[in-house]
Amino acid sequence: MRALDVTGRATAAVFGGYALAALVAAACARWLPMARVEAVVAGMLVSFAVYAAVAIFAFASRSAARAWIGLAAIGVPLAVALAASLHGAAA
Amino acid sequence: MNGVNGGLRQSMAWLHTWAGLLVGWLLLAIFATGTSAYFQDEITRWMQPEITGVRQPTRAAEGAVTWLTAHQPDADSWSIALPGQRAIASTVYWRQAGEDRSAARDNTLTLDGNGQPVVSRPTLGGAFLYRMHFDLHYMPVIWARWVVGFCAMFMLVAIVSGVITHKKIFADFFTLRFGKGQRSWLDAHNLSAVLALPFHLMITFTGLVTLQSLYMPWGVAAAYPNKAAYFADAFGSESPPVRSGEPAPMASLGGMIAQARKVWGGAQPGFIDIALPGDRHGVVRLFRSGGDAMDAREKTLLFDAATGHMHPLPAAKGGASATESTMVGLHAGRYAPYALRWLYFLCSLAGTLMVATGLVLWTAKRRLQLPDPDRPHLGFVLVERLNIATVAGLPLAFACHFLANRLLPVRMDDRATWEVHAFFIGWGAALLIACVQRPRRAWLAVLMLGAAAFAALPVVDELTTERGLLPSLARGDGVFVGFDLTMLALAAALGTAAWKLYRRPAGARRKHAAIAAGADA
Repeated sequence: MRALDVTGRATAAVFGGYALAALVAAACARWLPMARVEAVVAGMLVSFAVYAAVAIFAFASRSAARAWIGLAAIGVPLAVALAASLHGAAA
Repeated sequence: MNGVNGGLRQSMAWLHTWAGLLVGWLLLAIFATGTSAYFQDEITRWMQPEITGVRQPTRAAEGAVTWLTAHQPDADSWSIALPGQRAIASTVYWRQAGEDRSAARDNTLTLDGNGQPVVSRPTLGGAFLYRMHFDLHYMPVIWARWVVGFCAMFMLVAIVSGVITHKKIFADFFTLRFGKGQRSWLDAHNLSAVLALPFHLMITFTGLVTLQSLYMPWGVAAAYPNKAAYFADAFGSESPPVRSGEPAPMASLGGMIAQARKVWGGAQPGFIDIALPGDRHGVVRLFRSGGDAMDAREKTLLFDAATGHMHPLPAAKGGASATESTMVGLHAGRYAPYALRWLYFLCSLAGTLMVATGLVLWTAKRRLQLPDPDRPHLGFVLVERLNIATVAGLPLAFACHFLANRLLPVRMDDRATWEVHAFFIGWGAALLIACVQRPRRAWLAVLMLGAAAFAALPVVDELTTERGLLPSLARGDGVFVGFDLTMLALAAALGTAAWKLYRRPAGARRKHAAIAAGADA
């Protein structure tokens, strides 16, 4: 199913890419060893490169499924660590 | 790796094609308006032919305060936008207690180089094209910025995938084969892309950075309790002054500017904000001019209005903030002196041509694969018509906008708004022609209309103002001479394109296509 494959890759690129970029921006903001405002700005700067890289990766992968698996392999642990860190800060 | 279409290069070519096509038309408008914005100040000066004289920021600032003191003594705040490096006029704004920021649109006055009120035709000047570049028009600004950011992200992906697609980037520097149909379009696309590739990458990435806290607020959300706390950290937080009720004349603004220039290594202020003017608690805020340094984020200094005493200096920026500020400065190019400014303009023009040739290439490449070239499928028709409407239509829109500035009655109601409408009327006319005419005739008609409109501009300028090409040449007025000559150059470019198309018999296209197909095989 070519249409399904293309849709899978495109959503991985557009939505998965944004999600991972946002996670990286948040991770930088929390964990980069620099002044808080600098870490936030550094995270934003890096995030667009992450977004572009994910889009390229999504279309270079062997299949849409692999693209999504690759994204999840990085994104899920990052999201879990961030959630734990944010929750810990709130407690 | 095996991508969407077999090998890596194939899948990147596929991604490049579709990422580029999907946002290509809007991207063309963004690129074209952005290119013109490098001469925003010059466009404003041309669109306000009544304003003459020279730039004198300190004098203008003091003149503005004199006028505001006489006419708006009770306002809650005054603002003065001083002329940048290449501008003359200043604009003052004021706000009464209880009015919100949007009131500034009505409470505004233009001052000449001496700070005297000047009556000029109502116009947005170069500011319309500049704002159109990222705020579009006829839609809420925030939506527009998301749309533009979406296009910019696609552009970034199209650039990266385009580079990967390429086999011989160095050879493309030197290759431009004319008159070979699809080949020529491919060469032109490669040439305009490769020649200014570092610029295209820089401008796209830094464009995203200019609005990054809108696009990527998640770092702020993760590290700060709220946005206000972040902005206070990033840009400093001085709580607004509270009215004392005790009147106090303002200390010398010129003196405050002199102090600021000492701190800024000679740079001028570009914007002045005066809160509670005439009150003992009044505060003057000076923003450094964007034109005097490469990092764009304004550096601000605060002064007590009554005494002229400077508040303590804000903390120096860290590495990341300085990087961001410099990226924004690189994008806007406000620091660039004329030689570099023209280079910016030419690189950006190459980017515009890269998008335009990419769009045309899409149809040139597929025309030979059509089962029946006289009855193309719907997708092909859509792309072809939209190409005519934007690639040929956008120049026409620019020309209509400038013509409206000279031809609309000077005292007309909503004049500035109608100048902007003229841009979209011209663009809409191109779309209409593209929809009702056969493609070849539509290309010819819109290109020739654009050429005629641009060629008419210096003539209309000569007839309606005293600052036409010849008098300006005699006066040595580089801005007006440059503007009119640029219009003539655009007329010549569009006219040449129309002539080439006219000279090429309708059937030749298919023959060229056959040659190109043979060369590919």
